Parts: sequence; C-alpha cells; structure tokens
Amino acid sequence: MAGLELRGIRKDYGATAVLKGIDLSIADGEFVVFVGPSGCGKSTLLRVIAGLETVTAGDIHIDGTEVTRLAASDRGLAMVFQSYALYPHMTVHQNMSFALENMGIAKAEISARVDRAARMLRLTDYLQRKPAALSGGQRQRVAIGRAIVRDPKIFLFDEPLSNLDAELRVATRKELAALHAEIGGTMIYVTHDQVEAMTLADRIVVLNGGRIEQIGTPLDLYNRPANLFVAGFIGSPRMNLLPTELVKGEAAGTAATLGIRPEHVEPCQEAEADLTVRIELVEQLGGETFLYTTGPNDVPLTIRCDGQSRLARGDVLPVRFSRDHLHRFDAAGLACRPEPLLARSPS
Amino acid sequence: MTDTIRSHGAPARGPSAAAAVTTGSANALMRLTDPPMRAVQRLIGALRMPYVFLLPNLVFFGLFVFLPIGINIVFSVTGGTALFPSERPYVGAEHYARLLDCGSYLEAASCREDLFWRGVGNTLTFTVFQMVAMVLFSLVTALVLNRPIRGRGFFRAVYFFPVLLSPVVVALIWKWILQRDGLLNAVLTTAGGEKILFFVDPGWAMFWAVFVSVWAHMGFYTLILLAGLQAIPRDVYEAAEMDGTRPWRVFHRITLPLLWPNLLVVLVLVLIRSVQVFDEVFVLTGGGPGTATMMVVQYIYTTAFANQVQNFGLAGAASVLLGAVLFVLTLIQLFLTRRRAS
Amino acid sequence: MTGKLRTGKLSRLLLARRGGASWHWTDVASYAYLALGVLLMFGPVAWLALSSFKTPAALLEFPPSLLPMAQSEVSVQGYPQPLPLFRVTMEDGSVRELAQVRRVGIVAQMVDPKEPGQTIRVPADRRTPVRHMALAVENYTDPLTQFDFLRFLRNSLVVTVVATIITLVINSMAAYALSIYEFRGKSLAMLGVIGTLMIPITIILAPVYLVVTKLGFVDSLWAVILPGAATPTGVFLLRQYMLTIPRDLIEAARMDKASEWRIYARIVMPLSMPALAVLAIFSVMWRWNEFLWPLAVLTKTEVHTLPIALNAFQGELQTQWHYLLAMTVVTLLPVALVFAFLQRFITSGIANTGMK
Ligand SMILES: Nc1ncnc2c1ncn2[C@@H]1O[C@H](COP(=O)(O)OP(=O)(O)OP(=O)(O)O)[C@@H](O)[C@H]1O
Ligand SMILES: [Mg+2]
Repeated sequence: MAGLELRGIRKDYGATAVLKGIDLSIADGEFVVFVGPSGCGKSTLLRVIAGLETVTAGDIHIDGTEVTRLAASDRGLAMVFQSYALYPHMTVHQNMSFALENMGIAKAEISARVDRAARMLRLTDYLQRKPAALSGGQRQRVAIGRAIVRDPKIFLFDEPLSNLDAELRVATRKELAALHAEIGGTMIYVTHDQVEAMTLADRIVVLNGGRIEQIGTPLDLYNRPANLFVAGFIGSPRMNLLPTELVKGEAAGTAATLGIRPEHVEPCQEAEADLTVRIELVEQLGGETFLYTTGPNDVPLTIRCDGQSRLARGDVLPVRFSRDHLHRFDAAGLACRPEPLLARSPS
Repeated sequence: MTDTIRSHGAPARGPSAAAAVTTGSANALMRLTDPPMRAVQRLIGALRMPYVFLLPNLVFFGLFVFLPIGINIVFSVTGGTALFPSERPYVGAEHYARLLDCGSYLEAASCREDLFWRGVGNTLTFTVFQMVAMVLFSLVTALVLNRPIRGRGFFRAVYFFPVLLSPVVVALIWKWILQRDGLLNAVLTTAGGEKILFFVDPGWAMFWAVFVSVWAHMGFYTLILLAGLQAIPRDVYEAAEMDGTRPWRVFHRITLPLLWPNLLVVLVLVLIRSVQVFDEVFVLTGGGPGTATMMVVQYIYTTAFANQVQNFGLAGAASVLLGAVLFVLTLIQLFLTRRRAS
Repeated sequence: MTGKLRTGKLSRLLLARRGGASWHWTDVASYAYLALGVLLMFGPVAWLALSSFKTPAALLEFPPSLLPMAQSEVSVQGYPQPLPLFRVTMEDGSVRELAQVRRVGIVAQMVDPKEPGQTIRVPADRRTPVRHMALAVENYTDPLTQFDFLRFLRNSLVVTVVATIITLVINSMAAYALSIYEFRGKSLAMLGVIGTLMIPITIILAPVYLVVTKLGFVDSLWAVILPGAATPTGVFLLRQYMLTIPRDLIEAARMDKASEWRIYARIVMPLSMPALAVLAIFSVMWRWNEFLWPLAVLTKTEVHTLPIALNAFQGELQTQWHYLLAMTVVTLLPVALVFAFLQRFITSGIANTGMK
C-alpha cells in the first residue's frame, strides 16, 4: 500500500497531446475514481501510472520514490483490465499464481494466498477451470483475484465492470466497496459510470481533454462543481444550465450561466414562481418522476419530483428554484464563489 | 499470406498429445533459460529486449544469407579456383562477359558458355510448359473438388499427398515406372505398341520432367485455388442463376474474375519455382539425355561443385543473374499478394 | 442446404449433384476425373511399394507381374536341394505339376515329387513356372545390415529433429520481437526478413559452402542443420499469428511482474501453438526432403541423409533396384504416416498460409 504523486504529467502521441499536465496526489489507502468523457485520457493516465506508457514530461512518485523511468513490472502495481486479460491457456489457479511465481515466492505460500483470495471471491470451486469455461462475472472476479494475491502497492482498474450486465454490475460494485473496506489498499479506478464513481470513490478526479477539471469527494463535486463542465458531467439527469446575464456588480452586463439541479426545481403557486414551463415529456419511474419541460425561449428544464405525478404532456406548470441550491457560473464557465448578485431568470 | 487458424484457447486443433509433450519440455527449458534472460533484462533494460529476441535469427540470416550474397558478388568478379575470397584475383566483369558472350542469343551453340545457355533454354521450355500444365490441371481439379462430391476430403488428400514427398522419392518412383522394362512400357507393349526409351529421347525426357513436376506439386496449387473458390459466396451463383446466366458465362464472368487474385498468386509461385527447378529433374534424368533437360540451377551446381575444376567465379556470376531474375519475380509476387490482402 | 428450391441446371453444373436429382453428365465426368486422379496419384506409389517386395529375378521380368511373385519350390526325396516347380502340359494334353531336376538345351529333366524315382524328359517350352506370392523382405533387411542404411536414417532423423527445434525457437523469438514490440530499427529488420524471402539457397550455394567451411562444419550434420534454420516464411507465419494475440494479455503479464522472456515463453508461445504446429510440420517436411544443399555439402558417406544416400545408391547400384525401391519406401513412409494422421491439419495450414 502506498501513496501516489503525479507532477506535471504530459503525454503526446506524435503531434497530439493526450495528457496536458496532470498534477495529482493520492493518499495511502485512498479510493480514487477517474471519470470523464470518452477519449479524455483516463485510460492513458492509468497506463502511465502503471508504467505501460512512457511519459513525455513530468514525474511519478510512489511512496516518495520516483518511478517515472521504471518498467511496469518493477513498479509493484496490479491492474484489472477492462477485457480482464485472463491468460486463456492457464487455469484460474495458474492465472492467479502466475505473478507470484514471477516474484519467486515459495509454492506453499502461493497456494495459501491463492486459496485465500479464491475464498474471498467465491472462486474456490473454479480454480481448476480455464477462463473460457467461466461466466462473465466469474472471469471478472478472477481478474480481481489476480490483483489481490499480489498484495500490490496500488490497484489499478480500467472500467472493470463495463462488460457485465446491469444487475451483475451493481452486485460487483458492492463487492468492490466491501473489498476495499476489507483490504484497504490504494485503488485507482477508471469508469464512465457516475453511480460507480459516486458510490465507490473517496475522491473523484474529473478529467476532460487531458486536463483535470476538478478533484474532490463525490458530494463536493455534486454540491460545489468548480465549473460548467463538472456541473454538467456529474449528476443524472444533468444539471439545468440557464443562460443569464449579470445585472449588478462590477461585471454587470456580461453573460453568465445559472445552474440548478432537477431536484431543486419545485412546482409552486403561480405567485411565487420564478418561471412557468410547459411539460414536454413525463417519465414515471415509480419512486420518482422526471418532467422534461421547456421554459420561455424554449429553454429546456428538467424537473425531478418525488413519488408519482399526475401531470401530462402539454400541462403548464409554475416552478421556483430553491435559493440555497443555485449554482452560478461566470462567462468563462467557472463557478462564482462567493456568489455575485445574480440575475433574474432568463428573459 | 494472411490469417491462420484463430483460436487462442488451448491449441484445440493441434495434435494434443504432441502439444502436451512440447509444453512439458518447454517448462523444463523455461527453468533453465529464465534466470539468465532475467539477468540480461536487468542489465540492458526491458526496452532493449526486442533486440535480444531478434539476435539469433539475425545472426543466422547474416551468416547464411547476407554474408553469402556479398561473397557471391565477390566470387563473380574474381577468378581462380580458391574458395576464400582474399586468395582470388580480381577479374572484373570477365565471368559475366563469358556468360553473355554469344554469336546469337537464339543459338546456344554459338555461345562461349553454351552449357549455360542450354540451361537457360531448357529452363524456359520447362517453365512455359509447366506453368500451362500446372495451372490448367490444378484449376480443373480445384473446380471439380469444389463441387459437393462424396468423399471430397479423401480426393483432396489424394491430389495433395505427393506435395509432401521428397523430390528424390518422387523422381525414383517415376524413374522406376518409366524405365525400359518398366510398368509403362509393359502397358504399351500389351496394348500392341513398341517400347519407348523415354530417357534417351530428348523430347520425352523433357515431357516427363514437366509431367513429374506437375504430378508432385499440383496438389499445393489446387489447395490455394480451392481456398479461393470456397471464398466465393454461394449467393453470387444463385443470383446468376436467377438471372438465367448460362454456365460457361458464369464461369467466365463470375468464377474466373473472383478467383483471379488466387490464380495470379499461383501463376507467379509456379513461375518462381520453375525457374529454380533442380531436384526432381536432376534425379529423374540427370540432365540428360546429353544436356536436354539440364536446368540453370544444375549448371550452377555443376560448375561450382561437380566439375573437375570448381569454378566458383562463373557459378557466382550465373547465380547473380538468376538472383536478379528471382528478385524481380518475387517483387511481383509481393506486390500481388499485398494487393490481394488489401 | 439452403438452395433446395433452386436445383436448377446451373447450380447442378457448378456446384453439386443434390440428393435425389438424377445424374448429370458433369457428375459422371467429375467422378471419372477423380477416379483417374486416384489412379495417377496413388498408382505410382502403390507400384513402388509392390515392386519393393519383389526379388531381383522378379524385377527383371517383362512384362512385370502386378504382385510380388516367386517360383515355388519343393523338396524331393533323393535330391539335396529344393527343386523348382513347373506346370507341364504333357503330350496327351494333361497337365501335371513337376519339379525340374536340370535343363539341358531345349529339354528339361523333370521329376514328379510324388514318384521321385522316375525322371521325365519334357521340352522346355511346354512348362510354365508355378508361382506364389512371396515378399522379398530381405530387400528391406539387407540394406539395413549391409549398407549402414540405419545410419542414413538416423542422420535424417537428427537433422530433421534438431533443425526443426532450432527453427521453432529462433523463428518464434524473432516473430515475437517483430509482433509485440515497437523499437528502433524494426522496419529495417522486417525488410531484412522480406529480403531473405527472395534468396533461395540454390543461388548462394558456393558462398554458403565457404561460410560453412570456415565455421568448420563441412561433413558434419551441422552443415545441413544450421544454414536453413532461420526461415523468413516461419517468421512471417508466426508473426502474423502473434499479432492476433490481444495486447492486454502481454500488458497483464507485465503488470504481473513477468520478465519479457517469461512473457515470450509462458504467454505468447503457448498461445501460438497452432501456428507453431504448422511451422513444425513444414520444417519437418523441408528437412526430411532437403536435397540440393546436403548434396553439395555432405561429401562423406557417413553423414549422408536419406535423400542423398538414395541418390548415391541409384548412381552406384543401377542393377540393384530391389534395394533402391525398398529404401525409397522407407524414406517415404514417415511422411506418409505423418500425412495420414495430420492430413486435415496440414492442408488447412497450407491453404491458410499459402506456403509449403
Ligand atoms: N497509441 C495511441 N496513439 C495515438 N493516439 C492515442 C493512442 N492511444 C490513445 N490515443 C488517443 O488518446 C486519447 C485518450 O485515449 P484514452 O484511451 O486514454 O481515452 P479514455 O478516456 O480511456 O476513453 P474511453 O472512456 O473511451 O476509454 C484518445 O483521443 C485516443 O484517440
Ligand atoms: Mg479507456
């Protein structure tokens, strides 16, 4: 187990810059999740940490030791691949013990460790099978088992659940959380899935276009997105972003954006309404309802209500914004804090 | 060329017992080789390891291909009988001049090195007849085998198995049949004909040289063509049938064009191998009668090794010329296969 | 079969005779062609095998008999040697089986084995030999004892096995380097491999001979084993296959702290088994059959391989066809057996790689 420190990491493939200066410090035992849109460089960053890619600039420290030039096999990290990358010609047991053999560990110790990991992951009955004879979920657990037996300094996961069906994903996600609680290793986890990020992470790193947009605990990111990108990226359905204009203060007259999450838009009496919207689509999920509406100037606005709703397409609805939950962004897209005096609703 | 069997599981299609033995000995080998190779990697770093993997093969290529090519060129411009290049006097283009010194290129006898030109002439004759016969027979055989006949696997094997035989074996099999009191002459006389001395008549000797080569190798080309035929989708034929196309026209307008890439590869491969032909013909006819079936490679071999005076210079010059021809042919082949692949 | 509805003339002609449909002339022609093919392809080999069991005397017969036959002999009381048996047409037209005592000019002295006391004189053209099938096994056993044929067999085996192992190891190493890594000079190395593809040993015979001489290998089996061990075709075949191994596996192994050599030996090699098997079969075939180069470099009889020995025999022993034929069969047999067992594997391997 160990901490990790990245300083000014840049990675170019030929002329294209994929990572454009990443600074990040991860504490020992922390569970950090990288999220970001497809192609933003999450996998590349993970592979750079793993040592599978060389960096163009910057340096990497594990536990205070510089490892930038060290080969992957010498860094002492373990990785779970999206494709699992199980060795197809080896049994589950051999798959898990391969790394230990490479490290020159004694046979008895290897068996003990593999058995322990297999018990933890409910793989004991499958140890003599080859990967081709396992289900997707079992393969996934073998891939994790292969990492666990190593007792590595850091676990790296690249979208490990993306090949599982929805139900299995939820189950495995919980197991992963339990696993982290149990063995407490430092884990770096790449995902597309917000729920995975929110539920698993101690801290989330939001990447975009090769840069870090924001680092913080899941609720930090949710409650105080640092910029428009994070505001739009975290949370589902997305935060409503309404174009406005500043009316007071120094920057009066410049464009700005007002953000409000769907659950913070409330239907209300006509008198106290900020806006009146027309309902375009109603999604009834049973426990909650999403209303997709348009306001003045066809500005879209999503509303989340608890429980079920009788509203229907075409209905007109006065709504108000919860004043405590307004997010304000300046013309550059950065969150305004402390909040400058803000505008009226879109006109 | 391209894709082989693709299954990265256990080598299911391979002979599994043999595979088990190999894996066993491979494991033992692993225990022996792992520590030193690990040390090498620690010494030079993982990034330089590919050179280590490449090294043995390159040493072999260097010693037995690149170096000899260089020596061969040196041979071709030096004289004397010594084998070691430094002991050979420089003679410039003398060997080339001698090889190319002809009264008329259409008349081998008018050349200074008439044997070389006879070899060239024989090789040309052989190549032309063999190409026509080989392509014709392997195409017909492939077409027949492509029909869903009963026992297709068996028939394919029948045509294919001579490919695996040693050229010497092939030549001896036929020599035994074609000899004066052999099976063929027995059949001929039983049918009321006369015995024919096949290896005394130049025409017959060349005929059998071509025949035996086709016999031995057509299975290989049949396989290539058959693979091409089987890659033509069935519905193309069905569509043609719906259009009421006549059979010959289907062959002409559908089969042949779609098979053309494979056919081209076969043509060039046959060409390249014909130009290099030696083994079968040499054992079958010994190049005779006289020099009637002596090929260029036999000329080179005899000049360098079998003659009383070993003339490496002349043989070197002849092989440089042959090499140039093969180089061009191989470039054509690479171009064609690359085009087929893309 | 999808085309049940379309059993038209054309598909019958180009594709198939479908079940139930009557025989089209093209079906007859196809089967006739194939039957002829079987005769032409198998016939000569069968003839070789049959002939190899004939006695020298039977080999000299013209026209030759189909099966290996020998004249029957009987022991007759009063004669120390067994006597040859003949079927004789007597003057009265009856046919008797008699043993021949001796032949003087056109008259043969015969004796009836059942009445050994009395000799019968018969014109020589009235008798035909009584024959039975006899396998001249000594054609096989004699060369093994007299001509050291076992040594040639062993030489061929050693060359084939050792060369194939070396080929597999060094070609797979090179293929591994060229498929898994990116490194400076990679395209140059590829070019070198392609370059050697164009150079058959036929055209660099003398210089390779020189190299082998300088290395001190002349008249040792190494002279045959080493020069052809690095094959460009093998490198290509293996590389093509290794390129299809997922990169993730290699990286996973790296994360598992495997050395590059271990990745090669424990991950890539086992996964390339099918391609390795194809190359192994090719290599065995090449080496077992190789002729020109061994002919040039192996001058001493002790190091001859089978093909070279066979060729030498046919030069020396023009009259001893019985040995030559038997040894040809022995040379051919291993290949035939390998083919019989691995037929499907070999043909699909060749069809897929386009090499031999
Ligand atoms: N070997 C390479 N050569 C050139 N460009 C590359 C290479 N590998 C990745 N890239 C580029 O780098 C960028 C980042 O790739 P990366 O795989 O890190 O994205 P990602 O965030 O993991 O995306 P996803 O969520 O789809 O997996 C992409 O635009 C990709 O095209
Ligand atoms: Mg990715």
